Amino acid sequence: MSEKVLMCGNEVVGEAAIQAGCRFYAGYPITPQNELTAYMARRMPEEGGVFIQAESELAAISMVFGASLAGARAMTSSSSPGISLKQEGISYLAGNELPAVIVNMMRGGPGLGNIAPAQSDYFQATKGGGHGDYNLIVFGPANVQELAELMGAAFDLADRYRNPVLILGDGILGQMMEPVKIKKRVGKLACPEKDWILTGAKGRSPRIIRSLILKEGELEKHNRHLQDKFRVMKEKEILYEEEGIDDAEIILVAYGTSARIAKAALNQVKSEGIRAGIIRPITLWPFPEKVIADVSSRINCFLVIEMSAGQMVEDVRLAVSGKCPVHFYGRTGGGVPTAEEISRKIRELL
Amino acid sequence: MKKVFSLPESMKDVWTHYCPGCGHGVIHRLLGEVIDELGIREKTIGVAPVGCAVIAYDYFNIDMTEAAHGRTPAVATGIKRILPERVVFTYQGDGDLAAIGTSEIIHAANRGERITVIFVNNAVYGMTGGQMAPTTMLGQVTATTPGGRDSSAGYPLKVSELLAILPGTVFLCRTAISNPANIRKTKLAIKKAFQVQLENKGFSLVEILSPCPSYWRLSPKEAKEWIEEKMIPNFPLGVIKGNLKDA
Repeated sequence: MSEKVLMCGNEVVGEAAIQAGCRFYAGYPITPQNELTAYMARRMPEEGGVFIQAESELAAISMVFGASLAGARAMTSSSSPGISLKQEGISYLAGNELPAVIVNMMRGGPGLGNIAPAQSDYFQATKGGGHGDYNLIVFGPANVQELAELMGAAFDLADRYRNPVLILGDGILGQMMEPVKIKKRVGKLACPEKDWILTGAKGRSPRIIRSLILKEGELEKHNRHLQDKFRVMKEKEILYEEEGIDDAEIILVAYGTSARIAKAALNQVKSEGIRAGIIRPITLWPFPEKVIADVSSRINCFLVIEMSAGQMVEDVRLAVSGKCPVHFYGRTGGGVPTAEEISRKIRELL
Repeated sequence: MKKVFSLPESMKDVWTHYCPGCGHGVIHRLLGEVIDELGIREKTIGVAPVGCAVIAYDYFNIDMTEAAHGRTPAVATGIKRILPERVVFTYQGDGDLAAIGTSEIIHAANRGERITVIFVNNAVYGMTGGQMAPTTMLGQVTATTPGGRDSSAGYPLKVSELLAILPGTVFLCRTAISNPANIRKTKLAIKKAFQVQLENKGFSLVEILSPCPSYWRLSPKEAKEWIEEKMIPNFPLGVIKGNLKDA
């Protein structure tokens, strides 16, 4: 039986990854996710896994590339500026169809920005991030328990689709301590058999793992194959939570830390008789566009809340497709909206 | 009749894309022979670079992968740490290893990763069209040093000497494939570098001075002479660290 313990989000990522069978971690220190790197340095050797403090983010993600093609469940983590550096390797992972899990505990940007929590890497996370036509499954957990559960799902989906999966948290989620139950792995891991990894060509033909495809038409064929996978992800992997949307006049859309604050605002305005609901995307890619589209013709308006200058709001507008107004309230540069600010905005709109 | 010469089992029976007089073909062959002779074909994993040898995996009959430009030693690190009983090598050019991948090679070496690096130094970027490499000679004309390299573009980088001060490096050797004697020495050095890995001793690297007639604008014969006359005085041959004993 798993026990309920008090842990910070960054350490929970580490323990949940280990319980999900992760046996390779390479990372580079950056605030606000350093607890994770330190946790992995201590726990990986205990589990017979590998921990490497890499010389750079570029090297860390490439080490993950190597560990993944050798068959390991592998991960890396960072925060915004470091994730920008990892985009090179993430594109290579996607092109080579290698599973991996990447964690971004977002901080204020652009540039070095600050170390306060932010959600301004949404575009980078959900639109590919690096060069080429690809997507990652992106999870936006809103609390430490959900973070623990999504880590396991992330490794499973990465293996199933042979594609990297990104956990998009923020500095608050990483630093915050909450009671959490981490599912302990019992017995052998139900990892799919990997008949494509490189182990040395013993008793079989050699295997090549590469993304360079020069023959005319072949790269387009490869890209079509990748797009087919992304289509299946869009059909099968969308996760969201909704509350009070059936009779709502206004619906908030928010993810992660913003969604927690938006829920507090929701309770404030509901007590005043305002019929408000919330849609909280859990997968940011694939995006829960259908539920948003479905309600858009019967409500007054949407209000999107983000710790950014307005990024996810574009996906909401695409889903709504002009059927009702989509408003936005955001704070940037490490600013965190308060429930009062959001409630005031809701009252203004109605 | 006794067969005295054949294709190594570690190589595929295919044509390569390399230019006439290019050194990669010879070095591939030496590598294939060494892998055969050590009996490690079925447990060897290679990492190809970005550069002229980018599709080396099409020529070797072993498990191989690619790496982002310069990250080759980092990819090899990930593989070797997960599969410590396998033999892992990188095959890198001077742009991949000594420019964009300087950080990765120094730190893989400094960690004493149990990998073997085949470093092909031909003093020029080949695949992109003959631009200056970090190992380009002073005065050498390239697409990006039309008046010849001067020191404001840096001096020819001696990576093997740089790596020699790191405790994690066990065997470092510079050879050339400018004549049959040097080719034989190159094979010995490659074999020794793999033996160091098989004995789990640490990091090993062989830097091979190799001709690029296309971008040196020389005939294949002249290119070999150019190695002897221009490159070797700047990049002295021999064991830089460790010894060749028992190879």
